[in-house]
Amino acid sequence: MRTINVALIGTPNVGKSTIYNTLTKNNVHTGNWSGKTVGVSRGECSYLDINYVFYDLPGTYSLISKSKEEVVATDFIVFNKFDVAVVVCDATSLDKGINLVLQTKEICKNVVVCINLIDEAKKKGIKIDYKLLEERLDSKVVGISARNNVGLDQLLETIKESKIKNYLNIDYGVLNDFIDEALLNINCDDYNKRWIALKILENNTYYINKFKEMNILNKSDINRGNIDVNMEVAIKLCKKTREILKDVVTYKRLDYDIKERKIDRVLTSKIFGIPIMLIILFTCFYLTIIGANYPSSLMFSFFASLENKFISLFDFLFIPSIISDLLVNGVYKTLYWVVSVMLPPMLIFFPLFTFLEDLGVLPRIAFNMDRAFSKCRACGKQALTMCMGIGCNAVGVTGARIIDSKRERLIAILTNIFMPCNGKFPSLIAIITIFFVGLDKTYGAFFCALLLTIIIFLGIILTFLVSYILSKTILKGEPSSFTIELPPYRVPKLLDTIKYSVKNRAVFVLGRAIKVAVPAGVIIWVIANIKINNLPILNYLVNIFNPIGVLLGLDGIIVLALLLGFPANEIVLPIMLMGYLNTNTLIEMDNLYVLKDIFVNNGWTIKTALCFITMFMYRFPCSTTLLTIYKETNSKFYTLLSVLLPLIIGIILCLLINFTL
Amino acid sequence: MTLDKIKLEDCVTISNINGDNLLKRRLLDLGFIPETLIKCVLISPFKDPKAYKIAGNIIALRNIDAANIEVSYANN
Repeated sequence: MRTINVALIGTPNVGKSTIYNTLTKNNVHTGNWSGKTVGVSRGECSYLDINYVFYDLPGTYSLISKSKEEVVATDFIVFNKFDVAVVVCDATSLDKGINLVLQTKEICKNVVVCINLIDEAKKKGIKIDYKLLEERLDSKVVGISARNNVGLDQLLETIKESKIKNYLNIDYGVLNDFIDEALLNINCDDYNKRWIALKILENNTYYINKFKEMNILNKSDINRGNIDVNMEVAIKLCKKTREILKDVVTYKRLDYDIKERKIDRVLTSKIFGIPIMLIILFTCFYLTIIGANYPSSLMFSFFASLENKFISLFDFLFIPSIISDLLVNGVYKTLYWVVSVMLPPMLIFFPLFTFLEDLGVLPRIAFNMDRAFSKCRACGKQALTMCMGIGCNAVGVTGARIIDSKRERLIAILTNIFMPCNGKFPSLIAIITIFFVGLDKTYGAFFCALLLTIIIFLGIILTFLVSYILSKTILKGEPSSFTIELPPYRVPKLLDTIKYSVKNRAVFVLGRAIKVAVPAGVIIWVIANIKINNLPILNYLVNIFNPIGVLLGLDGIIVLALLLGFPANEIVLPIMLMGYLNTNTLIEMDNLYVLKDIFVNNGWTIKTALCFITMFMYRFPCSTTLLTIYKETNSKFYTLLSVLLPLIIGIILCLLINFTL
Repeated sequence: MTLDKIKLEDCVTISNINGDNLLKRRLLDLGFIPETLIKCVLISPFKDPKAYKIAGNIIALRNIDAANIEVSYANN
């Protein structure tokens, strides 16, 4: 079978990942904002006896800049062996896309132009003359709508038929003489020499050094005169783009986006902008809490009712009681705890969040909040990484790559932990309901969601504060520039949103929680049941941690649970309960009343609950997040700092609560 | 005049881009290129940043960055 290797390129947020997912059945998440894809993903599909291998490159505005994503994409096109480059363009704003097509044609000989979102363009009354465009570009052009699965077969056909052409040589006007001069220093056949010459003129040190190492370039000092090379290149590319698009794109009406601007005016208005964002957040929490309550307790009683059946089964199989106790009271109990507490809220919160993401609300949030970030000498895009952090801190940390300045990126990474991740929500909701709202109160869920929103709001304030302090101390510096695109609103396909969030996020997070819940269940059971001098190991450990716990307004078990829960936030509360229950008599825990009894019997007061919430929120990142921080920063110092920063803040806050309240 | 000074709904033409290389590069990438029409379409709750419509896209810029873009009123 013939294999065709295809590189997918495109400006951010044109639906590259949607094309990639639909074709390869992979599940890279496609949010409606710039810079969602940060690495290169690889996926395959076969069609009509041909095997297509796709490489999804990060979105980039140009192949000239030096930001991480752009270097990743450019490097791939220049240095990797593949057959066809597909440049994905947005039918509603072709300028950007065609500009990128021209740049790609400078470094790649086989280019297919894929115009996505033709349905949206049609709705906005934008007409595109594909034939004329094809002629002018001398590349195959195909119009598709990836969301609606329209034209993808045609895209694959076109890729198959696309032929190798010569590199595109753009007339750079005043730069031409300098390019010719630079060409004398370049000897190679594998790459476009004119492009390398252009890199020399741009004084692009990254590529100059790279080509020098490859012995392709021997001299890079060249007299550029007083010409602003970048500006000249951009102007020439832009002019060429306009020439090509003349008469190709026609607008039926010029006010095609009037409705979107009206929505924008409300979402970013002086009076309503910030409150609307908080209301959106609150609504998400509220729906999660009321929606999750009933299924959660249903699952609890179901799983709990199976406990005795398991014990009888194990008895029947002559499995020693110590083993059956370990399996049922250790592993099974922890497991169903985690599943029943986590699954229902996740199944509601994740789709809601994904919906907002796909709709395009998040960049508006960044737009609204940027002023505050700029005052803290940070970047407005940090608002986006914070939103991602509410889903999962590890995702938020990786997402910080969308921030160009290294200093601002580090700030975003170090402060991401102040946004509680989804794994913390169920436990927070339980504690808030029991101790602060009260059980069976009318409007209980409403107040619980309100308190949760306030907690997040305080987290936001803390983020600002810590960002400010960081940029005044360890990460000194002025705010760099902030540019963000506000994408058109795209109403997501509801079914796709639900399918995606269940399949990827919920199953992923739950799977991870289960993976750590089983060993954690075993450990807890062992330390609670194995005795040294007639006392369980748990008692010794609890005694060790008790003084610290008491100092922080907690107790030994809570501290132990916070430490043992290092692999996942989801299991902190279950570990705590296992600890309490195994030192006391075993009781069923099928609802919040029982939970409340357990807590109260073990000496919890409102103060304990407050201290627990504080320490739970600002403990340290979970193991996955910590590993991600290390990978992203490549620095032991910043990884350590990401542990110490929240920990110290948590301890200080707990001490304050414990000794002043 | 510079871009940060224009009012909501004002439509102008870019005449020049100043500023450090990185910002200039970024702006050029986003389509802020001389002789291009640009319109201020949104102002954020704290008056900074503002969003502009350029070549069919909506791009938000901080005022301090927008001050690097020289503009003049379009003829029509």
